[in-house]
Amino acid sequence: MFQIEVNNVFKSFKQVRAVNGISFHIRPGEFVGLLGPNGAGKTTLVEMMEGLKNPDSGEILIQGKNWKKHEAELRKIIGLSLQETRFTEKLKVRETLLLFAGFFNLGEKRVNEVVELTGLESKLTAMVGTLSGGQRQRLALAVALLNKPQILFLDEPTTGLDPHSRLDLWRILKTLKDEGNTTLILTTHYMEEAESLCDYIIIIDEGKILREGNLKELLEGSAHNLDELFIQLTGKTLRDNTGNE
Amino acid sequence: MKKLKNNQLYRLTYCAFLETIREPEVLFWGMIFPVLISIGLGLAFTQNSVSKFQVMLAGEQQTKLDSVLVVHTIPNKVSGKDALTWKIQDQTLGDTEFNFIRNSWDASIIALKRGEADLILTDSMGIVRYYFDPYNSQAQLVYMKLSALLKSPGQTVATNEASISPLTLKGVRYIDFLIPGLIVFGVMSSVLWGVSYTIIEKRSQKLLRRLVATPMKKSNFLIALMFVRILMNVVEALVLFFFAWLIFGIQIQGNIGALLVLFLAGNIGFTGIAVLISCRTSKTEVGTGWINAVQMPMMILSGIFFSYHNFPEWSIGIIKMLPLTAFADGMRSIFNEGAGWMEILMPSIALSAFGIICFITGLKLFKWY
Repeated sequence: MFQIEVNNVFKSFKQVRAVNGISFHIRPGEFVGLLGPNGAGKTTLVEMMEGLKNPDSGEILIQGKNWKKHEAELRKIIGLSLQETRFTEKLKVRETLLLFAGFFNLGEKRVNEVVELTGLESKLTAMVGTLSGGQRQRLALAVALLNKPQILFLDEPTTGLDPHSRLDLWRILKTLKDEGNTTLILTTHYMEEAESLCDYIIIIDEGKILREGNLKELLEGSAHNLDELFIQLTGKTLRDNTGNE
Repeated sequence: MKKLKNNQLYRLTYCAFLETIREPEVLFWGMIFPVLISIGLGLAFTQNSVSKFQVMLAGEQQTKLDSVLVVHTIPNKVSGKDALTWKIQDQTLGDTEFNFIRNSWDASIIALKRGEADLILTDSMGIVRYYFDPYNSQAQLVYMKLSALLKSPGQTVATNEASISPLTLKGVRYIDFLIPGLIVFGVMSSVLWGVSYTIIEKRSQKLLRRLVATPMKKSNFLIALMFVRILMNVVEALVLFFFAWLIFGIQIQGNIGALLVLFLAGNIGFTGIAVLISCRTSKTEVGTGWINAVQMPMMILSGIFFSYHNFPEWSIGIIKMLPLTAFADGMRSIFNEGAGWMEILMPSIALSAFGIICFITGLKLFKWY
């Protein structure tokens, strides 16, 4: 059985068609990267998979179940890190983790495990408001991992981070990949991230899938890397559109 | 204990409490400011102060007035101007001081317009005339006091000998009226700002969306906010009551149990309103506007600082239907009239029912992301 099935999904906001008939299937334990520039429709697509937005048409199934009828059940098996979430600044790291652990009826033992996994030991008593960007992303990841999710959604987890913090986060995700218990869906506009972490890459622009496959399959043509491939497909670069780099 | 600690309602309540007490402003605005207000207003309205009135003497010929004033007044300076001051001592009603300032008619009119004078006095051929706005109660009072005084200047309005029995019973003073009003006003402000603003801020930070992407029970989040507000309101009310008791000897004459029930009902009522106000918007500016739009009319109309019976008769029935009016009236009846369970039954039910309806409606319309 597939972990995630996305079947001919459409989503529009007023006049803008954010997702335009996308279909793909993800197998258990697979690390999948949704690669595309800002505004490509990655976040909308992921938020529909997370059950936070409803598709206008089409179907999304998580382990064969839809969000409408099985929300309570599905919330327990997924973990996620949203783009731009700001945790309460007046709480300490440990208090934030314990709060979210409470939603899964988990205690300090699991909090300590994710703290160790994400390297937040020295920041346990720090206020969230005092954390750096990289530390905040690690906290977001720690929160997402609390319930040992079978499916983990990370929406641009390394955007805005310095190279060192980005590598730190990749290291944590590679550990998860080695354990093999988690299916990961990661959105990014960094081709290195997709190349380094993902078994399967889906290139998206303007709400459509342009190309999909593993890195080897994608680079079978004349492109030497994903950025070159994206230029060949769209005539524009991944990063220029982001304005970040 | 471990099971309780892992409970999501406990965790949500605990974290909401930590967030609240880690805001230093909460201590000032929630606890110190109401005490300062009550002390300020309490002292202003319970001290036996001197009533001072400014009277303009217009025109040159003041023969009759002059003959009285020369005997009873002393030269003085009032706001840098030469004046004649007539002091009347009264142990019962407080002392009165009339300051007479000579000026031209035009200058006297300007002083009246600016509120620098209460009344203009002229003396033409031995006939004293009073000029003032008949709808101004302060001017009326000056006229009545001054005309009586000029009629019998030697008696100096001898209220000491009149049959006035000062009522200084607890429950009839202004401070007795004010403190229950401040307590309920504190509850309303604390709940509207504490609950509504917190929800809107968390929505704008996309934290609500993150919370709802977990198995968190949505109502638990709102109930936790309400629990924390009730706890803070109890502490704030106790602090205010303690100082009012210490400084002014305020007492609760009615049933304490009934007071607690009414207090809880008021909190439920305003939490419901707060949830409804904040159920959709993610802009703090819009939220602030809504909170003010709900709070300001009730603050003015519901008789917190002065009785709502000063408003026109036709509006009293509407004012009595406001949640803050029901809450304030109920609280005052317990504090000052010795009210018990029966008297607060209806307001408590009405406030709770209103709050629950608003809460459920707000939850139905609630935008988590």
